[in-house]
Amino acid sequence: MSTATKDVKREELESVVIRFAGDSGDGMQLTGSQFTSATAMMGNDLATFPDFPAEIRAPAGTTYGVSGFQIHFADHDILTPGDAPDVLVAMNPAALKVNLPTLKKGGLLIVNTDAFTKNNLKKAGYESNPLEDDSLAPYRLLALEITRMTRAAVTEFNLGAKAADRSKNMWTLGLMFWLFGRDRQPTVDWLKKKFAKKPEIAEANIAALNAGHIYGETAELPSTVGVYQVPSADLPPGTYRNIDGNQATAWGLVAGAQLAGLPLFYGSYPITPASSLLHNLAKLKHLGVVTFQAEDEIAAVCAAIGASFGGSVGVTGTSGPGVALKGEAIGLAIATELPLVICDVQRGGPSTGLPTKTEQSDLFQAVYGRNGDAPLVVLAAATPGDCFYMAIEAVRLATKYMTPVMLLTDGYIANGAEPWPIPDVSKLEPFPVKFHEGPSEGFQPFLRRDDGTHARVWVKPGTPGLEHRIGGLEKAADSGNISYDPDNHHAMTKLRAEKVRGVADDVPAASLDQGEAGGELLVVGWGSTYGSIKQAVERVRKGGRKVAHLHLRNIWPLPNGLKELLEGFDQVMVPEMNDGQLARLLRGELLVDAVPFSKIAGQPFRISELVTEIERRLGDAAPRESSPEVRA
Amino acid sequence: MTENPRKLTRKDFASDQEVRWCPGCGDYAILAAIQRTLPKLGATTENTVFVSGIGCSSRFPYYMNTYGFHTIHGRAPTFATGLKITRPELDVWVITGDGDGLSIGGNHLLHVLRRNVNLQIILFNNQIYGLTKGQYSPTSDVGQVSPSTPLGSIDQPVVPVRVALGANAKFVARGYDVSKKLPELLEQAHAFPGAALVEVLQNCPVFNDGVFDLITDRKKGPQHQLWVEHGKPMITADGKKGLRLDPKTMQLELVELGEGGVSEDELFVHDETNRSIAWMLSDLPEVKALGVLYREPDAPVYDDGVRAQVEMAQEKAGGSDLAALLRSGHTWEV
Ligand code: SF4
Repeated sequence: MSTATKDVKREELESVVIRFAGDSGDGMQLTGSQFTSATAMMGNDLATFPDFPAEIRAPAGTTYGVSGFQIHFADHDILTPGDAPDVLVAMNPAALKVNLPTLKKGGLLIVNTDAFTKNNLKKAGYESNPLEDDSLAPYRLLALEITRMTRAAVTEFNLGAKAADRSKNMWTLGLMFWLFGRDRQPTVDWLKKKFAKKPEIAEANIAALNAGHIYGETAELPSTVGVYQVPSADLPPGTYRNIDGNQATAWGLVAGAQLAGLPLFYGSYPITPASSLLHNLAKLKHLGVVTFQAEDEIAAVCAAIGASFGGSVGVTGTSGPGVALKGEAIGLAIATELPLVICDVQRGGPSTGLPTKTEQSDLFQAVYGRNGDAPLVVLAAATPGDCFYMAIEAVRLATKYMTPVMLLTDGYIANGAEPWPIPDVSKLEPFPVKFHEGPSEGFQPFLRRDDGTHARVWVKPGTPGLEHRIGGLEKAADSGNISYDPDNHHAMTKLRAEKVRGVADDVPAASLDQGEAGGELLVVGWGSTYGSIKQAVERVRKGGRKVAHLHLRNIWPLPNGLKELLEGFDQVMVPEMNDGQLARLLRGELLVDAVPFSKIAGQPFRISELVTEIERRLGDAAPRESSPEVRA
Repeated sequence: MTENPRKLTRKDFASDQEVRWCPGCGDYAILAAIQRTLPKLGATTENTVFVSGIGCSSRFPYYMNTYGFHTIHGRAPTFATGLKITRPELDVWVITGDGDGLSIGGNHLLHVLRRNVNLQIILFNNQIYGLTKGQYSPTSDVGQVSPSTPLGSIDQPVVPVRVALGANAKFVARGYDVSKKLPELLEQAHAFPGAALVEVLQNCPVFNDGVFDLITDRKKGPQHQLWVEHGKPMITADGKKGLRLDPKTMQLELVELGEGGVSEDELFVHDETNRSIAWMLSDLPEVKALGVLYREPDAPVYDDGVRAQVEMAQEKAGGSDLAALLRSGHTWEV
């Protein structure tokens, strides 16, 4: 049987945002990721945003058990999973309750009426059935008995009601494939592979998928429900794949270690949303990667430092609470000047906070969060694909400067996926590490290289004649021996700071991502807000305002030339998913009037929120220097 | 271990750093024992690494002319684990104390032992916090008066070798600082493939002087020492008493030997591969069992396992590289 979509007249759309929502047991993440793969294959650019509850199995039917997956795809380059969905799939009343407020008025709403039982309505907090009053009137409602139709589709497999009902996400996916003209075959292949050991389950799911699709083909859908098509995006040519941030970080670390010519060691303790970094790397043993699931966060970082002491690239990955636990050990790596990469996949804090929600609130912890004057390098990745390159950069700086480097990502880009042009690894610039091997005369462990980095030499244990001891006690600059001398401590503290500051000379100077220097307002962002800010600034610029966007990848040290750039603007606005941490860093370091714009809701910025705020700050004042082509 | 071109001596393993423990500290004797043992093992200075935590004992690496890492409080086993699994050819020793290894670092000691990482872990037990000036430690006896327990400690102490046995350690031994048998114990620990824990009773003359006198005293000590040996009856060092198993209570009881007492063949014979015997020996009244209490030969070694998995994965992948990884799964051309 062919799974290709029959020829029908399809309405062309530039871009669509779909949100799949259901109970955590409804398989919405799977549905979303299958829809994503099929969409990528159509040549659309896309961005996704999985949004799931903290509880593994939250009570069924409740609003806090709702799991969502949003995908935004378009015929043009896009950078965010979109603001308000055009299409909402709600598998139960709770999913409707949670997600309806975001659905665009006039948007397509698909609901599974079978789940709208008295009990489920009550659990979701509905007093009356929204399907029966007129509260859904502003939307194009497609109310379907998805459970019943799924059961009918899988009866021949005798699965029992519970197992049969598990296929209803595939039924829904089949219908969505029909509506958006996606190919079913890859999902069919995927199901066969996933359930290779239980072929009857695979077949039942395929039957459900096909039934949903056939329903779309044959049922007389209301005229308000169109079938759509989004032409493929105009992406630069190349070979593409989908990649999420944690996968990209993991692969970037492997690439970085190879470019350094060193083995990679990854020590970690499971923590949301960083665990998939460990999972990804654990699969790469064939590339020589050694992973170690430690007994706790501290053991994970210490083992990584032990591996670095032995001449590997030691890496640990975690989220904010884990970084807090690792603080003392990171200080040791600073004091002993060993390379170390710490990946902090940020989540909502403080304390346990919002484990499955995204936030950028570890910036202060990254830059300042240790005892003593303890500087290290802090980098931030802007998009899922960017994680690959920033992980390489983290390894490069850690090994070149003999310093810990903290790479900040967050739950949003760690779990979000985007089409990624696969780089040619043979074209990546190698940075081979040279271990110090002698002479033993005049050797001391804190001997500095003469390459201007202020980095100490790296000696592998096992090297004859260079036996040495290092530790967390202050050491004399000239001999490396323990020293309590006050002037020496002052000098060593300054030296460690200067070493890290010097990294600024080795990374790109500050530059604008969009716009021209010296305008009305500069939006300074960092990390995962890149896509939203870029598009918001684009929109405001279309209105003729002199707005620019600068996105920081180097958080510490700040890049050269930043102060001058910032000072050239009338206003500097810093949107952050925290209470103004980068803004305060910029104010403190550069003495510029950077004003925060905070969103601390566990959710990424919407483009519209940023546009509104930028316009509010610009006020009604005429553009300071309106450009002629805009005037015209 | 690489070929030893020149016969090394104890002196080759001593660093140029002045040893800064208090005069009379038991640590000196342990340092000497280790420096004396290493040449006998055919160790080289470049392939030997000492990793320590924080505390008096943890200053140890500075005094060894080998590679050394003085890390942070309680965490030495974790650094050593990361080092050993990435550099299995190195000979890695962990130096820790009762506070370092059993209080702040108790968790790591548990896990390094259960994993059976190929390390020698030497735990200096002086039943006190020396470096922070004399507070009671997790091994201090109930009633220990210290700056933090002016009315005496009410904490129940831990027995280090019991912690090790409970953690499923595969090699558990006990000795004391000035013992002539300490080098031999260290040799056995070194020969053991896996995590070898050696508790060394150590006198702190400044804050807990004489706490082990009953056992270590040259004259009276032997009657309280019970050096166990695999396949040999359990007899105190003075030869006058021994241990017999009371089948009713399943306990070891101390009995007189010779005239009026019992004969040697009634005594219990040590089987170092029997965990239950090791447990019975670990905390006896009146005598202290010393020597190798437990040894489990042929237990899987963690670092071997790590390497085996990497090698297996590499073999299976047949030279598949990073470029192939990036292109794995679903890709498409634009
Ligand atoms: S305080 Fe005690 S343990 Fe520490 S060095 Fe002095 S005598 Fe030794």
